[in-house]
Amino acid sequence: MKNARQYFTSLRLLLGITLILGILYPLVIFAIGQVALKESANGSFVTLDKKVVGSSLIGQNFLGSSWFHSRPSAAGATGYDALSSGASNSGPNEPGLSQTLKTRQHAIMVEEGVTANQIPADAITSSGSGLDPDISPAYAHLQTARIANQRHLTISALNALINLHTKPRTFGFLGEERVNVLELNLALASLH
Amino acid sequence: MSSTYATVITDIAVLLALGMAHVPLGDYMAKVFTSKHHFKFERLFYKAVGVNPEVEQSWKTYAASLLSFSAVSVLLLYGFLRVQSWLPPNMGMKNVSPSLSWNTAISFVTNTNWQNYSGESSLGFLAQMAGLAVQNFASAAVGLVVAIALIRGFVVHNKDRIGNFWVDFVRATFRILLPFSVLAAVILMANGVIQNFASPHVVHTLAAGVQNIPGGPVASQEAIKELGTNGGGFFNANSAHPFENPNPFTNWLEVVLLLLIPFSLPRTLGKLVGSKGQGRAILAAMAVIFLGSLIATTAFEIHHSGAALQLAGSAMEGKETRFGIGQSALFATATTSTSTGAIDAAHESFTPLAGGFLMFNMMLGEVTPGGVGSGLYGMLVIAILTVFICGLMVGRTPEYLGKKLRPREMKFAALYILTTPAVVLIGTAVALSNAGARKSISASGPHGLSEILYAFTSAGNNNGSAFAGLGGNTTFLNFALGTAMLVGRFVPILLVLGLAGSLAEQGHTPATQGTLDTTKSLFIGLLISVAIIVVALTYLPALALGPLAEGIR
Repeated sequence: MKNARQYFTSLRLLLGITLILGILYPLVIFAIGQVALKESANGSFVTLDKKVVGSSLIGQNFLGSSWFHSRPSAAGATGYDALSSGASNSGPNEPGLSQTLKTRQHAIMVEEGVTANQIPADAITSSGSGLDPDISPAYAHLQTARIANQRHLTISALNALINLHTKPRTFGFLGEERVNVLELNLALASLH
Repeated sequence: MSSTYATVITDIAVLLALGMAHVPLGDYMAKVFTSKHHFKFERLFYKAVGVNPEVEQSWKTYAASLLSFSAVSVLLLYGFLRVQSWLPPNMGMKNVSPSLSWNTAISFVTNTNWQNYSGESSLGFLAQMAGLAVQNFASAAVGLVVAIALIRGFVVHNKDRIGNFWVDFVRATFRILLPFSVLAAVILMANGVIQNFASPHVVHTLAAGVQNIPGGPVASQEAIKELGTNGGGFFNANSAHPFENPNPFTNWLEVVLLLLIPFSLPRTLGKLVGSKGQGRAILAAMAVIFLGSLIATTAFEIHHSGAALQLAGSAMEGKETRFGIGQSALFATATTSTSTGAIDAAHESFTPLAGGFLMFNMMLGEVTPGGVGSGLYGMLVIAILTVFICGLMVGRTPEYLGKKLRPREMKFAALYILTTPAVVLIGTAVALSNAGARKSISASGPHGLSEILYAFTSAGNNNGSAFAGLGGNTTFLNFALGTAMLVGRFVPILLVLGLAGSLAEQGHTPATQGTLDTTKSLFIGLLISVAIIVVALTYLPALALGPLAEGIR
């Protein structure tokens, strides 16, 4: 009989904390967000001509040769599917992974007219989320000759654009230097 | 500044933050669990739930309350997942299958957060926030109160009561976990972690594509996911997802959050037993092993061995540009040294020996510093074993923190030490002998064995991270891993509560000249050695077949 009472108490406790921690707590955080931090709480969306073109935090496919390309992505069948985030989960000695990396390396060598040892690692590896919004500055600079050619711009103008959009390490030591591909391409689109 | 240099400063900044926070937080937690005062809100809550907060419980009643609460939690969460499609707002998600619901319910109630599902495509907002996130609080609180009960076993004398589960639970939740979660959630949200209830936003992208960008109450869940050492991601990519972990600062903060309570609890121990040196000794042993593992993992990742990684020129497969190698190695070490299991990079793609160290962190029983509460009680059991072994060497009755370690106490401690390795190794062996489970392995050669070994290590130690190439959502693996989580969580908890009861019944044994001083560096060294040797002897054969075979050639 005593045991039955324990279960009844447990049930009431669980329902009580579900109300407070499961409903009220997220709603309070939501309310704080909508009042004070609306933009970031809603997804850091960016617009072009008043139309939302994406989130600055979520990477996109930029496959056309007139764009700065993002990293390879394992999210969804064609990459950057924001409803199926994830990594390749290939082991470091997996023959299939080596093969994939070689294929990507070769494609970049052809497209950018560079040698294999000029290609930074982030250009041929897929990220942990499949939604990596950034590339390394090295990979951005690697793409300037192609884009300059496609858009009839000078390489130095593109290098300046990349430098303008290169984010330093936070406080000088946290994380890595990087370029947000969507923001860079937005700036590229508005150069004309 | 070179990446390596920046990594070293980042790691030091984590240690500095924890160094500053652990004293006030440890003292605060000691106060929370000894205060005689009930807040008015708590009194109302006790009344509504039907608990008399002034009654103390024996260890058996304490355990019965804990188990009944956990059983009800599993059943309710199981039911919740089974019927989620009929509960608004379900975002069009289907009911979860029976075996996956069972696995997921146990996973979140045991503080494991192993995920055989993908959050954004399987679960609605209500199931995430009112089902899973509630257990993120509850399971952390359960771990915490067990550690406090064990400390009481040392502190009280000639008594058969070790506290009141309900009161401890309510205080752990509302005085510790909730306030810090609110603070962390707001900071995360300010940095870009989302908190909304929007359906996926259909966006026409710059390059004329279409992208569906998800919404969700993520910030509130992310905060307790780290603070409670839970680790279950709102999204499949977990803390690699930019909406869970948008920039290098949030990554650093999440690492601090998941280490915060586990590294502060030794101070709570010191405060409650009335000797801060005792807490410092435990903390030192935890920190030394943690640092050693962090340095090794970081070095192996920078070295990027492995055919594919050599080809790429850096271990960036499965890692985010904004975090790079250093912050990914830091996060991976922190998440496997605690019971968190969140990831900000794909562990499967780590270099073989770094992956081996991640497993080793878990195999230690997650005591460096371990999960919320579970890390401290795990380390105290190893401390008891250490004192016992030293006692045997010099032929004296061993004692620790003023209590004799008699055959009864040693039985509890020895069974505790044996439980998890038995779960992990037997589980791995059974899975490997099952043809269906072998089909779930995606990698070839020793890395394939590592996938299964990692899975059972993670489940048995209630970590929750994975070599995610393993296709775990099969009926067999859902059941086998669910069982491993259940046994790996509650058998040790019962043994610890039994130990607490047994210690509490003893009188105080004053220290004599022959007592081993457990505040000195000699003891710290012995404690570290025992922790590592016990693990090494148990797991070395399995590790040799997996990560060592792959990494040493």
